[in-house]
Amino acid sequence: MKKNSPSFSGRFNPNEILLSAPSIVWLILLFAIPTILIFLIAFKSADAYGNISTHWTLDNLRALANRHYPMIVWRTFWLSCLTTALCIGGGIPVAYFMARIPRKGRNLLMILIVIPFWTNFLIRIFAWKNLLHPEGMLKQVLVFLHLVAPEQPLLYNPWAVLAVLVYSYLPFAILPIYAAAEKFDFSLLEAAQDLGARYSVALRKVFLPGIRSGIWTAAAMVFIPALGSYVIPDIVGGAGSDMIGNKIAQRAFINRNLPEAAMLAGALSLTVLLPLLIYLFSQRRNKHQLLTGTPP
Amino acid sequence: MKRSIIPLTVTLLTLLFFYIPIILLVAQSFNASRYSGAWTGFTLEWYARLFRDRNIWMALRNSLAIGLGATTLSMVFGTTAALALDRYRSRLQRTHYILIYMPLVIPDILMGMCLLLFFVSLGMKLGLLTIFLAHVTFCISYVAMVVLARLQDFDHSLVEAARDLGATRRQAATRVLLPLLAPGILSGGLLAFTLSIDDFVISFFVAGPGATTLPIYIYSMIKHGAPPVINALSTILLFITFALIITAQMLTWKKEKTT
Repeated sequence: MKKNSPSFSGRFNPNEILLSAPSIVWLILLFAIPTILIFLIAFKSADAYGNISTHWTLDNLRALANRHYPMIVWRTFWLSCLTTALCIGGGIPVAYFMARIPRKGRNLLMILIVIPFWTNFLIRIFAWKNLLHPEGMLKQVLVFLHLVAPEQPLLYNPWAVLAVLVYSYLPFAILPIYAAAEKFDFSLLEAAQDLGARYSVALRKVFLPGIRSGIWTAAAMVFIPALGSYVIPDIVGGAGSDMIGNKIAQRAFINRNLPEAAMLAGALSLTVLLPLLIYLFSQRRNKHQLLTGTPP
Repeated sequence: MKRSIIPLTVTLLTLLFFYIPIILLVAQSFNASRYSGAWTGFTLEWYARLFRDRNIWMALRNSLAIGLGATTLSMVFGTTAALALDRYRSRLQRTHYILIYMPLVIPDILMGMCLLLFFVSLGMKLGLLTIFLAHVTFCISYVAMVVLARLQDFDHSLVEAARDLGATRRQAATRVLLPLLAPGILSGGLLAFTLSIDDFVISFFVAGPGATTLPIYIYSMIKHGAPPVINALSTILLFITFALIITAQMLTWKKEKTT
């Protein structure tokens, strides 16, 4: 790959400015400034009409401390962690299987995994609402097998939220792990076994470190969006399953208190920023690879 | 060598996990009974109701208009961004890369909240225009990333050759660079269009009352009842998705075989 070096390395290369200006101006106006705005509006108060008033306040920061926020933050955290763990735990064997079968089977499996990923997000969630519905088929089967009491609801609890989170984000985990596993040299596993390692030990000590970068990418790509989940707990979770995202939406649309919503969003973005920075420094273009479905 | 059956089992379970909800949804859309697991007969009534619902067509029209507009604009801005990022190595481009990259990774709800506050602070009326502006914002990043990946495999000596043969800078760009880059720009555009049509969270935050896209309409149907009609709509959308993915995959396979 050849890089054309700029004709002169000053700050004001006219071609560079011309090519960069549209996207930079657009993103500064509609992304960078709005992000900063969150942190400013978080310290404003709302007036009775749901508008943002002009005077500054620390009320929203105080509001974070009391009420049931700690519970919701905790739920958001453990649901996101558990989702990430389950997605990686499921993603590794699937990626291993895909990397070891012939090319034709891989392509077919890839399509089968990408289809739910491309299916409209709301439809996937709705499919689960149907599945878990009190009069739905799954409930009848489980009751028939005496696995669930007839009065036990499957919907509207944190476990339903967890199931749909895993369902939604599992492809995000499988694809980067598979991209790493595909490049893994499986003869290393045989070599380890020839040298006396048991199969399980070879997997743990040779295969897992070999696909480490894929696992980290998968973790970031599941954990970050999971922290910001809003629609999934909104549709399949009940009153006791709210996550931070639901509170943000509630403050913004139901209470019409945009500053408090901004404070919550600001807190969430600071939480997201930490794993994000780790991710940014480790991996660069996996999101693109995932979205186009093409392993490198 | 000993092979464990665990990977095969987990893969099969994963596929069951992926497809059982979808298959049940499709089956349910032809079920005469409203919710129950019991099959009370085959019907196309839900489809008929769906086609009589004029709001769906309005919402679809809005979605398509926003999708096409946002795709067009983001294809231009995303391509220029990718060209700049590929060609120059300056401090400006490092900032540029972060600006392009961040919208891809932050959760949708934060993006929605940012833009909502921005539009409200400016006193803009929330509606189709604000949805369009929001969609362009995240589409630019996706187009830029796809085109940038193509540029990295691009043979830059072709442009130099054109210049050596006497083409002006403009001619080299429009006659050599852009035609060769067109497939990349188009696939970036396709990705942007799909994401725009599918987006719910960001649109919902900046929509305001009255402006409805297809996902916003589906959401309100889910929230306020009418399940069998959503089953029917979902089935249609699912089949469109299947058809598109399989067509795209067959095209890439054909290409792999010929090359």
